[in-house]
Formats: sequence, C-alpha cells, structure tokens
Amino acid sequence: MTVQELRNQFPALADSVYGKPLVYLDNAATTQRPRSVFDLWDTLSAHANANIHRAVHCRAVEATEQYEMTRDAVRDFLHAAAREEIVFTSGTTQSINLVAFCFGEAFVKEGDEIIVSVSEHHSNIVPWQMLCERKKAVLKVLDIDEMGVLEVDSLRKLISQRTKIVAISQISNVLGLVNPVKEIVRICHENDVPVLVDGAQGCVHAPVDVQDLDCDFYVFSGHKLFAATGTGVLYGKKKWLEAMPPYMGGGEMIDRVRFCGTTYAPVPGKFEAGTQNFNAIPTLRPAMTLLREVQNDVELMQYQAAVMETVLSALQSDSRIRLFGVPRRTEKKIPLFSFCVEGAHHEDLALILDKMGVAVRSGQMCAEPLMDRFGVTGMLRASFAPYNTLEEAEYFLRSLHKAMDMLL
Amino acid sequence: MSLEEKKQDVIEEFSMYDEWLDKYEYLIELGKNLDSYDENARTEEHLIKGCQSRVWLDWRLEDGRLYFTADSDAIITKGIISLLIGVYSGRTPREIADDDFSFIDRIGLKENLSPTRANGLVSMIRTIRQIAETHV
Ligand SMILES: Cc1ncc(COP(=O)(O)O)c(C=O)c1O
Repeated sequence: MTVQELRNQFPALADSVYGKPLVYLDNAATTQRPRSVFDLWDTLSAHANANIHRAVHCRAVEATEQYEMTRDAVRDFLHAAAREEIVFTSGTTQSINLVAFCFGEAFVKEGDEIIVSVSEHHSNIVPWQMLCERKKAVLKVLDIDEMGVLEVDSLRKLISQRTKIVAISQISNVLGLVNPVKEIVRICHENDVPVLVDGAQGCVHAPVDVQDLDCDFYVFSGHKLFAATGTGVLYGKKKWLEAMPPYMGGGEMIDRVRFCGTTYAPVPGKFEAGTQNFNAIPTLRPAMTLLREVQNDVELMQYQAAVMETVLSALQSDSRIRLFGVPRRTEKKIPLFSFCVEGAHHEDLALILDKMGVAVRSGQMCAEPLMDRFGVTGMLRASFAPYNTLEEAEYFLRSLHKAMDMLL
Repeated sequence: MSLEEKKQDVIEEFSMYDEWLDKYEYLIELGKNLDSYDENARTEEHLIKGCQSRVWLDWRLEDGRLYFTADSDAIITKGIISLLIGVYSGRTPREIADDDFSFIDRIGLKENLSPTRANGLVSMIRTIRQIAETHV
C-alpha cells in the first residue's frame, strides 16, 4: 500500500483549516478514522441497534454477535490465551481505574506499595494514588534519565516485599521511547509482582503479544488506533480477573440477584456492568484490521521510518530545540516528538502552527510529574501516524521555523 | 479618549489585518512592548488560572480610577493582555463594571484562539470585572 492509498481511506485528511490543508500531527491524542470504521458504526447504529446479552429477538442476537466477535478479534490482536481475558471498557483510563480499584480491593493493604514511573500519563498515576489513599498504601516512582530513558536497573531496588503491582507504559505519550516491558515483567515476576502495561501508545506502533510479554494486565483505547471513541480494552490474566471483585454493579454482570446476596457472572461479564457501548465496540474490528495491515506492510513501515528520521534529525540539529525522549543506540523511538524551543512558549508556537494548518499538542500533555521532572511548564508535541507524509513532515518543520522566527 | 472611542480604535486597528499570521505578528509586537511587570506581584495570588500559559494581573486604585498591569510567560497572551489593559486601564470601576467586553468578540479573538486560550482570556476578563465590581 502507498501512503496515498492509506490516506484515501481517511476523509478527514483531505480537510482544510483556515484555507490551508490540514496537517494533523496530534495522533497520540486521537487518530483520524477510516471509512471502514464509520461505515460499520453507521450500519450498526441504523440496523443493529438492540441491547446485547439479553433479548432473544433477531436484532439483539445480531448486535450481541457483533460485540462478541470483537472480543475474539481483540484476543487475536493481543494474542491473549482466552477470550474471557478481554474486558471491554470505555478506554485506557477506565481500564486502569478498574484494575486499580478491583485489584486494590482484593490484594492491597495498609503499608503495601505500588510502583509507577515518572513518565506515566495522569491516567496511570491518579487511579493508583486514589487506591493508595483508600488503603493507606504507598506509591513509589521509577525515574528516568536526562534523555528520558527509563532506569530499569533501579527497579530491582525499588521492589520490596510489600510491592503489590507495577504499572508502566509501553511507550510514554510524551517521550515516544519503547520501554523494555518484557524485561520489566521478568524482573517483577522474579519478585512475584504482577505488572499492568499501559499500551495506549504501545499497541498502535507495533504488534503486541501479551503472552510473550507475560504481562498481567494490558490496556488500550480504541480512539488512538482509528476506532470510535468510548471504546477500550482491558486484558487481564484469568487468574487475576477471577480473583478480583466486580467494579460496578448492575445489568448483566450478575449470576443471581437476591436480597440475601448476589452472585456474579463469570469473567469477563462480571466487569461489564450496565449497557455497554455496543455499537461502537465493533468498530475496533475494522480499525485493528487496518492497523495490522499497515504494521505488516513493509513499504509503509519503511516510509514511516523515513518520516521519523527526517523529523528526528531536523529537531536534533537545531540548537534552540530541546527534544525530550532521545533514543541512544538501543532504544527504539516512535515518530512522536515532544520538545521545547528556547525563548518561545509552547502555546505561542502551537497557536501559530495552528493558523498554518498544523495541528500539534501543547501543554503538559497529561503528564505533569514528567514536566516537573524536566523543569518545564509544558512542551510542544508532534505525533505522526502511518498516514502522515514526508511532505507533511517537511511542511511542519518549515512552519515550525517560521513560527520560531516570529517569536524569537 | 472615551472607553467607546478606545474600543473602536482597537477594532479598527485589528481589522487592518486580514491574515491571521499578521494579527499574531501584531499581538506579538504588542506583547513585546508591554510595560514591565512588578516582580513583587509575580505571586500565586496574582496568578490567573485557566490558561495553558500563566498570567499575572496586578491593579491599583488611584483618584477613583483602576490601573492594571499584567504579564504572561506566553507572548501572544501578553499581546492580548496589552490590548485589554490599553482599553480598561485608567477607567472608573463603574465604567468597567458596566461594560459588556464584547469588543473582544468583535475583533474575533475569542473564537479564533484555542479553547483553552479562550478560557484564559475569559478568566482574565472575569477577574478585571470582579475587581471593578468590588470598587463600584
Ligand atoms: C500513555 C497513555 N495512557 C493513558 C491515556 C489515556 O487514554 P484515554 O484518555 O483514552 O483513556 C493516554 C491518552 O492520551 C496515553 O497516551
């Protein structure tokens, strides 16, 4: 597939803003959607709109099939051992909150410890802080070095007898470096500590095999990989999901309800209380299919590597630019670039770029502790998807230089 | 110059620029030339929340008129501050409290700035208004 053929599937990429072609470089926040995704969404909304898992009528059965087929597809996508290990949620944030709450209820007591890294998204910090407050547990923080590389070596020292879980991103939404998750899992498992992997950015950039990683939980959001918003996944090893109490009560998450005591449905139903986002969840299927196709396409991947090299070397060779998340030899970087420009505020840069048609993110990027770690109030972030072209990368760099000229 | 005349002035000045980048150039210029801000007033209580950028606002009442000084770490915000101060500084609390601040919309700033920025602008206006109202 050529990049143009890929782009043609995404109508939004042909849009203009302020009379200029839209150059959409905020893909780490949310990606644009291909026609296959909203066509399915339209069809299901119009013709398969019936509540799932309950009624016996035809439409309800179709809607249920659409939803449950998606569970199989996610199982394949993550290479999970069983479909029961896939729980649908509204997104990464809900998935992490679910684990923090339910795992916390089952396994975390006063004085226990939880480890996260300093580069986590707020969604992988705050739920754990809330758990720590609730249980009087302690949150410990794994640091990074000046380049943004995770200090995996210190993890062994940070883990103690009281460590109950480690929650870590596969790729930080600010640094764009691939963390050695498999090694982290191995270290944690040597100490009998389970690991939650925040894959919100990770599964977008390379195929994931949760059995190979051997992680205990893996979470991601649909809207970052071409699917509808309000769709998310929690993968959990069966032994954990079964040992955890439910998150919310009500709907079809029950086995029997009586006033003298209710029993719950087996996993994953136990964690899917209330009416699910049943017309949106199936959009994960065409989204994952396209993503897989892209990830397996040598031509497209080589093209993306060229985009990556172009932007990385341009940003690194400008002495006024401070790039965060710098790959050395062994680290793999994805085309996600967060940086500051000496003497120019990130918001000014973003406003000017916007008027040139370039959509980038500015601010703290939901990672305030990481901003503090680097001593900055915010950053500018350009994050590329496989549908972004070299011409767009070059236009972005030219626009950035123009904005810098205006401000400096 | 009356408040109305001053506002008209700003609107006319701004309408000379068709291109957004030119408007930004103009705001950047204004921002760069904004009077320096009293370092002693760069405190938490002078900080206005709601912006991606930080804004500090200080004021004094002299002979029945309010005078504002302000600063920001972002230059376009500083330019907008400069516009606001130019219009409202030296007015009576009554004049400010009675004003509807709609001229910001008329120069297209509110719609055209990013939503978070617009919020910052809105909080700054709200603060200026509150200060005026407490002195009416
Ligand atoms: C690494 C990471 N974790 C968590 C999240 C939160 O995802 P959501 O807002 O879809 O729940 C994001 C989204 O920006 C992210 O990039």
